[in-house]
Amino acid sequence: MLEAYLSIFIKAVFIENIAINFFLGMCTFLAISKKIQPAIGLGIAVIVVLGLAVPINNLIFNFFLKADALFPGSDLHFVGLICYIGIIAALVQILEMFLDRYIPSLYNALGVFLPLITVNCAILGGVLFSIERNLEFTESVVYGLGAGTGWALAIVALAGITERLKYADIPQGLQGLGITFITVGLMCFGFLSFGGISL
Amino acid sequence: MSKAKEALLNPIFNDNPIALQILGICSALAVTGNLYITLIMCVALTSVVTLSNLSVSLIRNHIPTNIRIIVQISIIATLVMLVDEVLQAFDYESSKTLSVFVGLIVTNCIVMGRAEAFAMKNGPLLSAIDGFGNGLGYSIILIIIAIIREFIGAGTFYGIEIMPLTTNGGWYLANNFFLTPASSFFIIGFTIWALREWKTDQIEKPEFKISENSLEAEKRAV
Repeated sequence: MLEAYLSIFIKAVFIENIAINFFLGMCTFLAISKKIQPAIGLGIAVIVVLGLAVPINNLIFNFFLKADALFPGSDLHFVGLICYIGIIAALVQILEMFLDRYIPSLYNALGVFLPLITVNCAILGGVLFSIERNLEFTESVVYGLGAGTGWALAIVALAGITERLKYADIPQGLQGLGITFITVGLMCFGFLSFGGISL
Repeated sequence: MSKAKEALLNPIFNDNPIALQILGICSALAVTGNLYITLIMCVALTSVVTLSNLSVSLIRNHIPTNIRIIVQISIIATLVMLVDEVLQAFDYESSKTLSVFVGLIVTNCIVMGRAEAFAMKNGPLLSAIDGFGNGLGYSIILIIIAIIREFIGAGTFYGIEIMPLTTNGGWYLANNFFLTPASSFFIIGFTIWALREWKTDQIEKPEFKISENSLEAEKRAV
């Protein structure tokens, strides 16, 4: 049993990394990867929100939206998108208020990143993947945390490389966005090498 | 008229959503392995961004500022659901291949970004034109990437065989690298480079300049 969960986690972190292999959350990924500190903050925020949003939306799908779930003959899966995005937005808002009230140190560390996360496609993507793959509740908890960890790992690694790139002599047209794309492409090779592993 | 033309043409090269505004990259990379799928994605995004700009602009004076984000998201999510249902009804195979990426148009920053930055401030017609222009700017980059990836990766153009593969008794040994996700990063990177060599005002200023070393200084002195 434990092995099955471990395999979902490892798969979500390395083999099917949500940032590198599915390109989700790329806009923030490229924009907030100039320094390591903010990248770590954003990474932790994504882990927390994915760890909560995926299981909650999974429950919503299984108990309300799935065919025959609410009452026999009901099928509400077509309103899925608007439910998921509403729940993510509400969740982020509640999390923000909760942290502000009870854990101010973490709230200050995450700062401006929390509201940004609502429109981060990594969150909605994680939710949609978990529903497409018909994960059970506990599996979806593990998948959410794994996908978040994978995203955090990728953005911290990219920020580390970008910090070093300041000292490199890059052609003018490639400065900034161009070289970031090429760096991510090279990182992608690294993650592709996990592809052969089967658990 | 000139303002409408500007709203339509500016996003294509001068203010491209992908190459300059860093918007909507998420879905841009994943769906470009094959030209047909890419075209569907482009049509889906262009129609969503045009219609969302139009509807947000129509009700822009009635939206309370505090809850504008949630109003915009509901409008966009509704439009995306419509597009998703239409796609599933008419082309089920492609909707399976695109899987979650049609749904992810909801969080595509181009749609939100244009609604927030343009449609909240301008009239309906101009907003719709701006949305269409941004959709085109997004499509043009995607189509370039898809053509390169499909041509080198599979030797075909829009599914038509151009270079016969060795596996089919031809001469072209397909370069599988171009079918992997990694290749699209390189192609976008080099596309941006090419675009910036052409439109030099888009070049980003380096954060600081490395001072020249003694050898270079000596050479300059001579």
